[in-house]
Parts: sequence; C-alpha cells; structure tokens
Amino acid sequence: MTAPPDDCLARNDWICGAYLTGRRHILWDAVVQHLQLTVVSVLIALVLAVPLALAARRRRWASGPVLGITTVLYTIPSLAMFSLLLPVYGLSASLVVAGLVLYSLTLLVRNILAGLRAVPEETRQAARGMGYGPIRLLLTVELPLALPASMAGLRIATVSAVSLVTIGAIVGHGGLGNLIYAGMNTFFKAQVLTASVLCVIIAIVADLLLLAIQRVLTPWTRRPRERSA
Amino acid sequence: MDETAPGAERVNTLTDAWSWLTSGSHWSGADGIGNRLGEHLFLTAVCLLISCALALPVALVLGHLGKGGALAVNISNVGRAIPTFAVLVLLLLTPIGPYGDWPTIIALVLFAMPPLLTNAYVGIRGVDADVVRAARGMGMTGHQLLTRVELPLAAPLILTGVRIAAVQLVATATIAALVGGGGLGRIITAGFNLASTPMVVAGAVLVAVFALLVEALFEVVRRLAPRWVRGDTG
Repeated sequence: MTAPPDDCLARNDWICGAYLTGRRHILWDAVVQHLQLTVVSVLIALVLAVPLALAARRRRWASGPVLGITTVLYTIPSLAMFSLLLPVYGLSASLVVAGLVLYSLTLLVRNILAGLRAVPEETRQAARGMGYGPIRLLLTVELPLALPASMAGLRIATVSAVSLVTIGAIVGHGGLGNLIYAGMNTFFKAQVLTASVLCVIIAIVADLLLLAIQRVLTPWTRRPRERSA
Repeated sequence: MDETAPGAERVNTLTDAWSWLTSGSHWSGADGIGNRLGEHLFLTAVCLLISCALALPVALVLGHLGKGGALAVNISNVGRAIPTFAVLVLLLLTPIGPYGDWPTIIALVLFAMPPLLTNAYVGIRGVDADVVRAARGMGMTGHQLLTRVELPLAAPLILTGVRIAAVQLVATATIAALVGGGGLGRIITAGFNLASTPMVVAGAVLVAVFALLVEALFEVVRRLAPRWVRGDTG
C-alpha cells in the first residue's frame, strides 16, 4: 500500500498550485460559462431597457408603472427569482439569464431615465431651434448626454450580474458558482477560494473595461477645464 | 405531463403551489412554514440590529469629522462585486463553520453594513455647510452639532440606508439556505432536492412576499414619520 501523496490537494489547503494546474480546464470552462451568462443577460437587459426608459421619459403615465414594476422585481431575492421562473424555463441556462435580465433591467432603466431627465431643457430647445427633428434630437443630443449616467448603471448592473450568476448553481448553471457549490459539499477549500477569487476578478475587470469604454465614448466629460477656458 | 401543453402545465404548477401553501400540514413542525418564517424574521432582525450598531456610529463620526470619505463611499461598490454565496461558503469552510448560525450571521452583517455606512456618511456630509457654521456660531459643541443638527437633517438618507440593508438582509438570509442555514430559503432548497416544482414556487412566493412586505413596512414608516424624517422638500 502506498502512502497518500502529501501535496496541497491532500492537505486540503486554501491555496493550492496543483489545483490551479491540474483543474485548469474545469476552471476555464466555468469562467467561460460565467462570462457567457453575464454578457448575454446584460445585453438583453440593455436592449429592453432603452425603449422602456424612452417610453417612461416621453409618456408621463408610463414612468410610474415602469419604475414601480422594476423596483418590485429588484426587491425579490435572487434565489426566489430563479425559483419563480422554474415552471417557465425548467432547469436551464435560460432560467438564469431570465432572472439576471430582470435584475439588470431595474438598474439600467433607472439610470438611463435619470440621464435623459438630466439633459437641460435649454439644450433641447437649442437643438430644436437648429432644426433637429425628434429622432435626430434623441440620437445626437439626448442619448449622448445621457451616456455617463447610463454607463454608471451598466457598470453596476454588470458587476451585480457577475456576482448573482453564482446563485445559478441551484439549477446547475452558475458558472463559477457551480464550483463553489460542489466545493462546499466536498469541503474542497482550494476550489471554493479559487472560484470566489476568480469571480471577484471578473467583476473588477468588467467594471474597469466598461469604465474605459465610457471614457472613449464621452470625451467631453474628461476635459472640463480646457473647454471652459 | 408530456401530453399537456406547456401553458397548462404552468397553470397546474401555480395551482399546485397554491395548494401546497394552503395545506395546514406544511405550516407546522420544524420544517414548516411557520418555523421557517420565524427563523427568517429572527435572522433579519438580529443582523439588522448588529449591523446598525456597528456601522451607524462609525459612519456618523466619520461624516462629522469629514474623514474616510473614499472608504465609506466605495465600500458599497466593493460589496457589490463580492458574491454573497461565495462569502457564505468560505465562512462555512473556516473554523467558525461548525458553529450553527454564526457563519450566516457574519455574512449577513457584512453585506448589510455597506449601504448603512455609505448612506449615513453621505447624509451627514450632505448637511448644508452654512447650517453647520451657524450652529457652530451659536456655540454648539461637536457633540451637540452632531446630535441636534447633523443627525436630524441626515435622517432621511440614514433611513434609506436602513431600508436597503433590511431588504438586502432578507435576500441574503434566503441564500443562507444554500449552505444549510435556516429561513424561508430552506423551503426552496428542499423543493429542489425533492424535485417538487410546486414546493419551490411556493417557497419563492413566500420569500418574495416577505421581501416586499419589509420594503412596504419601511415605506409606511417613512410616510407616517414627521416631515424632517421623510426628507420632503414641499
């Protein structure tokens, strides 16, 4: 009988190089699934949020219900949200995506609406005076000016989505959450810590990436002094 | 199930969930709804008290002194990036893991503190500088200034922080069930383990209603409070 190997896996250390190299593929697959779920959800939410925010901005009667419903959706705890969608989607990745879309929608609609409302009336009138039609006014004046607030919402929604994907482990589609869930049941410390740290890293990198995109898209917010001089 | 249309199946699930909820036998016993509701309420209330007792004094003093602003404001963003579930599991695997509810309570308190800190700090810092100067001119000490001027004026934002923390606690207490903690989330996880969709949906409805009730409770408190607490300008 051979003695059990005395490496960090056998000792169940928190930090384990052998785990990182040995389970590289499992970790990579989990990261890819995590990213897919996050990106798909946030993109769908973005596509839905822009018209909703525009409708709430244009039609006064629409803003109450839109904000009310999204607030109610946001209050529902994530585990309950995923569970409520179970009869509709079954145990599938679509269930996790649907839940994440509903959460991201709230943050995006609120921020895009706040951005649109913050466009000064004088700016709007000036554009109209220059002969801008409603579509051109929206696309070339209102939406660009609403970009900083919208991007702030997008960053919060993305970071929240990265964190919430882990709850998807309850239906087996949780990206790195699956590894955390499995690691919990087997008391596999290295797996839980590695997956958790990767989760936080994904959130931070996504946030910084969106911040960089925001800076590229809104060059006028960077040089207030030069402009006023 | 296979022959029925998906729509009919959904309706069946909802009626099944309703009959699961209204069946008396599911409300009693250690795994019953009544007990789980009590656990959820207890966890939420205890953790709200602990996190308020820890976070509010720190935020008030920091806001009064005008120090540590970057920390108080950014801590909410950091908190959002860290998955609650991961922290719960990490705590469970540490030496405090076997001590019953403690990993859950620590995780809950950790996640309730950022909104409390941020809102209380921003609230105190947001008090009009002229008002603060006037109070100082009247000879108020730092302590009097904090308790009689800054605290009342910051009350609406502090209360908003408490509301966000409470709703967050209800949500996190649900996730605690994933790591074997108590609360209403246990009905959901038990339903998953039994592959009983009606039970999962019934548990989810209970949790959602509980969270919405907590939110509504704070809204009622805000409406009934005197005007300076509500923060209405009108």
